[in-house]
Amino acid sequence: MLREAWLPLVVLVALGVAPLLGFGGSYETTLMARAMILGMAAVSLSFLVGGAGLVSLGHAASVGVGAYAVAILDAHGVTEATLVLPAAIGAAALFSLLTGAIAIRTSGVHFIMITLAFGQMAFFTASSLAAYGGDDGYTLYSRTELLGTRLLENRLAFHYICLGLLAASWGGCAMLLASRFGRVLRAARENPQRVEAVGLAPYPFRLLGYMLAGAMGGLAGVLLANATEFVSPATLSWQRSGELLFMVILGGAGRLWGAILGALAFVLLETWLAQQMLHWKLVFGPLLVLAVIFLRGGLSGLVARHHG
Amino acid sequence: MAEPLLRLDSLRKHYGGLAVTDGVSLDVLPGEIHAVIGPNGAGKTTLIHEITGVVAPDEGRVVFAGQDVTRFSLPRRVRAGLARTFQITSVVAGFTALANVALAVQARSGSSFRFFRPAATERALNETAMQALAEVGLADRAGVPAGALSHGEKRALELAIALATQPRLLLLDEPLAGAGPEETERLVALLTRLKSAYTILLVEHDMQAVFALADRVSVLVYGRVIATGSVAEIRSSAKVRAAYLGEDEA
Repeated sequence: MLREAWLPLVVLVALGVAPLLGFGGSYETTLMARAMILGMAAVSLSFLVGGAGLVSLGHAASVGVGAYAVAILDAHGVTEATLVLPAAIGAAALFSLLTGAIAIRTSGVHFIMITLAFGQMAFFTASSLAAYGGDDGYTLYSRTELLGTRLLENRLAFHYICLGLLAASWGGCAMLLASRFGRVLRAARENPQRVEAVGLAPYPFRLLGYMLAGAMGGLAGVLLANATEFVSPATLSWQRSGELLFMVILGGAGRLWGAILGALAFVLLETWLAQQMLHWKLVFGPLLVLAVIFLRGGLSGLVARHHG
Repeated sequence: MAEPLLRLDSLRKHYGGLAVTDGVSLDVLPGEIHAVIGPNGAGKTTLIHEITGVVAPDEGRVVFAGQDVTRFSLPRRVRAGLARTFQITSVVAGFTALANVALAVQARSGSSFRFFRPAATERALNETAMQALAEVGLADRAGVPAGALSHGEKRALELAIALATQPRLLLLDEPLAGAGPEETERLVALLTRLKSAYTILLVEHDMQAVFALADRVSVLVYGRVIATGSVAEIRSSAKVRAAYLGEDEA
């Protein structure tokens, strides 16, 4: 158990030293940034799925709301992080709060479908934002500035900001799950009736958890917009939500850090396969299916078994 | 006579044309074990649902500790001091026995909207939870996942969880259901020990256990209480024999 706690740190340290070990080029850092940002989104989704038992198929929407907040503020000349970050995270949290207030009244398949529906509403809303590119998306004038500096333009700085926020997201979610609040969420995942019978209604706990995960998704969205300097409705598509869910399952939904592994594996495999062949998705799809069938407990489960 | 802790006042619940509880009135006095017995289909489950807030009665009131709780949700009733156990054991299988009880303790002591400190390291929670576990004889099983406990141990764990909510009244829904003879013996001994400290409303099939434990018994038949009285009175009541006990003693 103690040894298992070191495994995610190994992954984070590896990401930390990678740019110093010859992986510091533009191509590699772009790839890693993408993996780390999706990892953040996946960790917050894993908090919902594995922690609270809320299987959302609309998590990309909160990422997209955060990304669009960057784009919309950019279009109006606001690029300062101290303004952009609170606005983006707040918008994503508010979106999750409003949609969650309805979605969390349902459970099981209904919850999956209703989060999917809200995600699609966000997708079509983004597509219709003609002032911000509509279907074509929106290219940022510049990356977000931090206190007037162009720190995020620096490749290495951006790499370590992503890494730091990924580590913070993971640590934050782990802390939440271990707390009193998280204990209620975990208990309600397994047995909501039991939680009620000790005098606690699961609903407000779940709603707050859903909102916090959405806020973290929004933060990932800010980074995603900055990484590509481009935002499009595809950011909030249900396919993206599915990919995030897939990263969680691939990494192992029972462990938060599994989502980081899942995102890394997903992005690297996707990129590598796309270089090998034209119809790479024909191989990628079955590989993912095989991984789900044969990797019980996901990649993190596999790693933990070998080291535990 | 003491003010009743729980008073059911003419509870009625219809499903279509069927009156499942048909004007049930019943008092539970502080300190007593009041048992509700009745043949299958008598409406015991619906009655429990009405008392715990799972089902709202069409008519009538549930008064608990002087407060009308008829419209209270289950969690709110529990916070008011009305704890329950389930006919089908309901624990968090993936939590240890200790964490199961600590969840109930934290619901009772301070807010559960605390986000920073690991709940498992809160000594005050764990100590109170250990006391409840000790009370039901599970102290040495504290670290075992609840799902790995035996059936009888799970039943005892459920009691410990209920005790940890600091109840004023324990509603026990067939606590002996599914227990083997040995487990039954142990659970009855446990309930006998709890009897002195708690007010209990016991809904149970096992007649022997009911007669051994209860101070008073109410007999529910077709949604009505046909008799309430001491164990001796119920045993000798011709009406009860005809309606219910006759089945067993024939």
